[in-house]
Amino acid sequence: MATAEEDQTEAPRAAETENGREIVLSAEGVTVRFGTTTVLENLSLDVYRGEILGFVGASGSGKSVLLRTILGLVRKQAGTIRMFGRDLAELDDAERMLIDMRQGVLFQHGALFSALTVLENVQVPMREYIDLPKKLMDELALLKIELVGLPREAANKFPSELSGGMIKRAALARALALDPDIVFLDEPTSGLDPIGAAEFDELVAKMRDTMGLTVYMVTHDLDSLLTVCDRIAVLGKKRVLVHGTVEDMMKSEEPWVKSYFRGKRARQVVRPAARMKEDS
Amino acid sequence: MLFKASRLSGGSAALPGASLPRVELQEEDGFITYRLSGDWTTRTAGVIDRHMRDLLKKEAKRVHIDLGDVRQLDTAGAWLVARLVFEQRRRGAEVELTGESEAARILLDAVAPTAEQPDIPRKTHSDGWISRALAAVGRSVYDIRDDLLYGFHILGATISGAQMKLGRRNSVNPAAIASQIDRMGVGAVPIIVLMSAIVGAIIAQQGAFQLRYFGAEIFVVDLVGILILRELGVLMTAIMIAGRSGSAITAEIGSMKMREEVDALTVIGLNPVGVLVFPRLVALVVALPCLTIVANGAALGGAMLIAWWYSGIPPSAFIDRLRGAIDLTSIFAGLIKAPFMAMIIGIIASVEGMKVGGSAESLGRRVTASVVKAIFIVIVVDGLFAIFYAAIDF
Repeated sequence: MATAEEDQTEAPRAAETENGREIVLSAEGVTVRFGTTTVLENLSLDVYRGEILGFVGASGSGKSVLLRTILGLVRKQAGTIRMFGRDLAELDDAERMLIDMRQGVLFQHGALFSALTVLENVQVPMREYIDLPKKLMDELALLKIELVGLPREAANKFPSELSGGMIKRAALARALALDPDIVFLDEPTSGLDPIGAAEFDELVAKMRDTMGLTVYMVTHDLDSLLTVCDRIAVLGKKRVLVHGTVEDMMKSEEPWVKSYFRGKRARQVVRPAARMKEDS
Repeated sequence: MLFKASRLSGGSAALPGASLPRVELQEEDGFITYRLSGDWTTRTAGVIDRHMRDLLKKEAKRVHIDLGDVRQLDTAGAWLVARLVFEQRRRGAEVELTGESEAARILLDAVAPTAEQPDIPRKTHSDGWISRALAAVGRSVYDIRDDLLYGFHILGATISGAQMKLGRRNSVNPAAIASQIDRMGVGAVPIIVLMSAIVGAIIAQQGAFQLRYFGAEIFVVDLVGILILRELGVLMTAIMIAGRSGSAITAEIGSMKMREEVDALTVIGLNPVGVLVFPRLVALVVALPCLTIVANGAALGGAMLIAWWYSGIPPSAFIDRLRGAIDLTSIFAGLIKAPFMAMIIGIIASVEGMKVGGSAESLGRRVTASVVKAIFIVIVVDGLFAIFYAAIDF
C-alpha cells in the first residue's frame, strides 16, 4: 500500500549546512542583560549534528545564562537562536512543542521530581508528548534506565533514596526519554568520582555514535573535555572567546584559555590524554 | 501480508515528518521473513507495539529479519527489534538479521540486556488486608509515641535553654527572638484585630436578638464579656496563629532539614533545637498572650459598636455594665491558657518540621499535619481547661 502520501508530510528538516555538516543549533548576536549588567553581548555559536561540544568558561562568565537563554528560560535582549533551522522566537506553541520533543536537558543537580519514582520520572516526557501503551512505556523507561547504567532495582526508588551519581544518571535517562536529537548537559560529571565520571563520558560518546546524538555540554572537567568532546568553546568577555579542537585550545594565546589548558593542573591531564588519542 | 500501522493508533497526528513503522511478513513452512521499514523511533513505537507483541508468539524454525528499509532507528525501535529476536530465539528459532547499519548493530547490542528481561522488578509481595490494617494501626501507635517523645525532648531542651552543645552554654540569641516576635506577633496584629472584632460583633448581634425576647438586652454585655475573655479571644487567636505561624515554622525547619542545613548545624556544634526551635518557641510564648489581649480588646470593641447599633446601648452604658459583669479572674482565666497553647503550637510545628523527609510532597504533608494537629490539640486543651476551671470554681 502507498507510502507516498505519508512521505509528503515530511517536515522540512534543518537544511542549513556548512562544510557538509548540518547545524543543529545556532546562536547569532545574542545579548542578555539583567538590569544594567550585560552578561552576554553579541554572542555567536554553532553546534553541528552529531558532535559533542564542550563549553567552558570562568565561574560567573555566563555559561548557565547562555544555556538558560537557549532553553528559553531567560529572555534575550537581541539576537536570534535557531534550533534545527527554526528561529525559536518565531515559533507558535505547537511548533515549539515539536522542538521541545527533540531536545533533552540534564540540569546540574538533576532536578528529578522528588514525589515520583525514577521510572515515573523517566515517563514524564513520554506521557506528556506521545501516545504509548502503559506496558510499552514501562518497558521503554526501564530500557532508558538500564542504558544509562542504573541497576533495574533503581526504577522503583525515589530520588531521595539515590546517591549523587545515580541521580545524575537518572536525570540523563529522563533527558533521553524521547530519544532527542540534542541534549544539553549542565556540568554532568561534577560531583562524580573519576571512575564514574569517565563512565559517564563514555556513555555520552556511545550515545553520539549510536544515535547521532548532538551534545552541548557545560563542563569544567578537563578529562571530559579532552577525551570525549569533539569541539570546545570558551566563554569569556561576554562572548565566545575561542572555539575549536583541543589542539586549537593549546595554541590559543588568550590568557584565560592559556592558563586553563596549559596550567599546572592541565598539563598533568593533557599529555597522557593526547597520547591516548594518538594511540587510538 | 502488508501491515497498515496507521489504523492501530490515533497517535500519528502528532508526528509530522515521521513515516510510520511497518512490518512485512512472509511465511513459508517454518521460515519467516520480516521486512521492516519506516521510522522505528520512540515517537512511533506506540503504533507498532501491539502488532510486534502478536508476532512474538509466532512459531518458526528459522527467522530472517531484514532492516534494510528502516529509515530511522533509535533505542525504542531497537528495543522492539531486540525483543523479537530474543523471543524467537527463546522459542527455538534460528534468527538472522540483515541490512542493519553499523550504528544499528551497536544500538541493538546496547538494548539487548533489557529486551531479554523486560519486566520491572516489583516490590516484594504485599500482605493480606488484615495484616496491612493491623500494621497501619501499629505504625500509627509507634508514630504517636515517637511524636510525644520528640515533643518532650524539644520541651526539655527549651526549658534548659540549650543553645550550644559546648562552649557558650545557655546563651540565648535575643536578636533572633526579637525578630521572631516581630514576624509572628506584630505581623499578625491586623488579621487578629479584624477577625476578633468581627467575631465579637456577631456574638453581640445574635445575643442581642435572643435576649430581646426576654427584655434583657443589656445582658448581652455579660454574655459577650465572659465568652470572649474566658474562651473565644484566646481560642480564636491560637487557631489563627497555628495556621499562620505553625505552618511557617514547619515549612522553615522542614526545608532546612531537606537541604541538610539542620545536619550542618549539628556538625558545627550547635544544637538545632536550641538554634531553630528555641527562639521560635519563646517568641510564640511571648506573642500569643499579647495577641490575646489585642484580640480581647478588638472583640469587645466590635461588640460595643454592635450593641450600640442594634440595641441602642451607648458605649458608656456598655462599659458600666461590663465593669459589673467581669472581674480580673475572667481576664486571667483566658490569658493563662495562652502560653500553654503557644507551647503546643510551637512544639507540634517543630516536631513535624523535623520529620520532613527528602521530597517536596513530604514537606506539604508535614505542614498540613502540623496545622491540623495543632488546632485539634488547642481545642482539646481549651476543653480541659474549662473542666478544670469548673472543678476549682475559678
